[in-house]
Amino acid sequence: MNATRQPAVTEGGARAPGPTLPDGQAASSDGRDGALRQELLTLNFGPHHPATHGVLRLLVTLEGEVVRDLKPVIGYVHTGIEKTAEDKSYWKVIPVVERMDYLSYYFNAMAFCAAVEALVEVEIPRRAQYLRVIHLELNRIASHLIWLGTGALELGAVSIFLYCLRERELILDLFEMSSGQRMHTRYFQVGGVIEDIPSGFERKLREFLAVMPKRADEYGAILRSNEIVLQRLRGTCPLDAETLLGLGVTGPLLRAAGNPWDLRKAAPYSSYEEFDFKIPVGSVGDNYDRFAVRLAEIYESVRIIEQAIDGLPEGQFITTDRKVALPPRHELATSMEALIHHFKLVTEGFRVPPGEVYEPIESPRGELGCYVRSDGSSKPARVHMRDPSFVNLQALAHMVKGSYIADLIATVAMLDPILGGIDR
Amino acid sequence: MPDAPGLELLAKELGDAALETVYFRGRATLIVDPRRIRSVLAELRARGYGFLASVHGVDHYPEEPRLGVIYELLDMSRVDRVTVKARVPLEEPVIDSLTPDADDGPGWPTADHQEREIYDMFGVVFRGHPELRRILMPEDYEGYPQRRDFPVGGEPVFFTYNDPARRAASR
Repeated sequence: MNATRQPAVTEGGARAPGPTLPDGQAASSDGRDGALRQELLTLNFGPHHPATHGVLRLLVTLEGEVVRDLKPVIGYVHTGIEKTAEDKSYWKVIPVVERMDYLSYYFNAMAFCAAVEALVEVEIPRRAQYLRVIHLELNRIASHLIWLGTGALELGAVSIFLYCLRERELILDLFEMSSGQRMHTRYFQVGGVIEDIPSGFERKLREFLAVMPKRADEYGAILRSNEIVLQRLRGTCPLDAETLLGLGVTGPLLRAAGNPWDLRKAAPYSSYEEFDFKIPVGSVGDNYDRFAVRLAEIYESVRIIEQAIDGLPEGQFITTDRKVALPPRHELATSMEALIHHFKLVTEGFRVPPGEVYEPIESPRGELGCYVRSDGSSKPARVHMRDPSFVNLQALAHMVKGSYIADLIATVAMLDPILGGIDR
Repeated sequence: MPDAPGLELLAKELGDAALETVYFRGRATLIVDPRRIRSVLAELRARGYGFLASVHGVDHYPEEPRLGVIYELLDMSRVDRVTVKARVPLEEPVIDSLTPDADDGPGWPTADHQEREIYDMFGVVFRGHPELRRILMPEDYEGYPQRRDFPVGGEPVFFTYNDPARRAASR
């Protein structure tokens, strides 16, 4: 095409008036002079679209097939969880915050419990910390499996989705064993975990740990030898680490760009410093690196769980501080104090000293921070989750500008946003 | 985190922009003048706190100044966090936006969505924000739901049944 006939694309994606001819004469609008006319097309993508990973709406400005601008529109599943939390006593907040990012519920509970524990200054028994690590890392694998399955689905690989759900079922079975629930388990409590792991859990866990790396090898082999997947991931929509940091992006997306920032290593919590694991990093930060980093994290999580179950310390699984944690069931029949504590905890809940803390942890998607402000009563005055999906979504426009719309689909898949966490 | 003397030192270096320091549970918080938020954060960025981890709002009902905006800063090389807090009164809940680049230095692009969320939930107006619109609530929503005096529940659900005019029309 003649260069002078290129459409004038204005900054910010405004609709260009049409091509201009070199002599200032207006182009004929019916195109009968043989010139190709191009104009920007604004396409509404979602909120109900199979490739948006949830109810995400994107206003995409296209020039042909090339994305020129993109605006995410969110809030479709906003349920006011942060407001609801202000109306509940601390221990009743755990199930509502678990429902924010519905694929990493253990992480939501962990961030909230860690913030409250910092306010109350309660010590967590080492066994509880190890049990938390086991469940957090199982949850990380489950979350990455859903990402891998749905991500592959969006690239056209349907069978991977079914395979990934097969392994996820094994994890949900383990969750069901330890807590009675498959999702939103409410397993983490302020001060520890609600129950010790039952007998038989370790055997099933070890069976899972033996099978998971082999399956991850298979998924890697299937996808890495698939030319279509490689074409759609390699070199598409890269973003450098500096821009990502400016946009507040953390987690696998940042690590894919080569920055090995991981709170489990940098600022260990819940005994993470006692485990030997590596942080997978990418080199160029394209979609392939994002894929490779998350797939490699599955192996590292398996290693952490192996070490945690091998070295699981004996002792309490929840703090013995009766002001915070429920007394054991058998004590209720014999101890008056236990009965009083039980009654006070279940009716009013525990009071938390006034103050405010921000407690960050490393979720499967990046820094998940929980800010809790207490006014001294038994209900929080403010609960805020710094959800990594919400912040990471800002990087999407920077990633896809100038790429094809097919790459946009691949990038949303590799961004792994969870709309429950974004909208809260 | 800077320890308690380190926090005092940091506050002294910021001069009269730092109004108060709070050292609580091993966490350092600087309460600063909302009119100078951009310069304070630029100063802290020069000291290594280059990553803005989170921005969130809080309502101190019934104390004035009621609305608070909290900035969680992180120094990734020293793994050091400091919290900066600015409080604005309810009558004039205005504070400079961190999002855009301005004459006084580069902005913090990560603040974009988070400032919009605080505007949406608390009604804090971020002066200079490129696109200050509601983000989670519907655009025609009235009120700021995360304020402490905003009631929980009792809100009519948008069904035809609840709209008298449309209900009559459907009969």
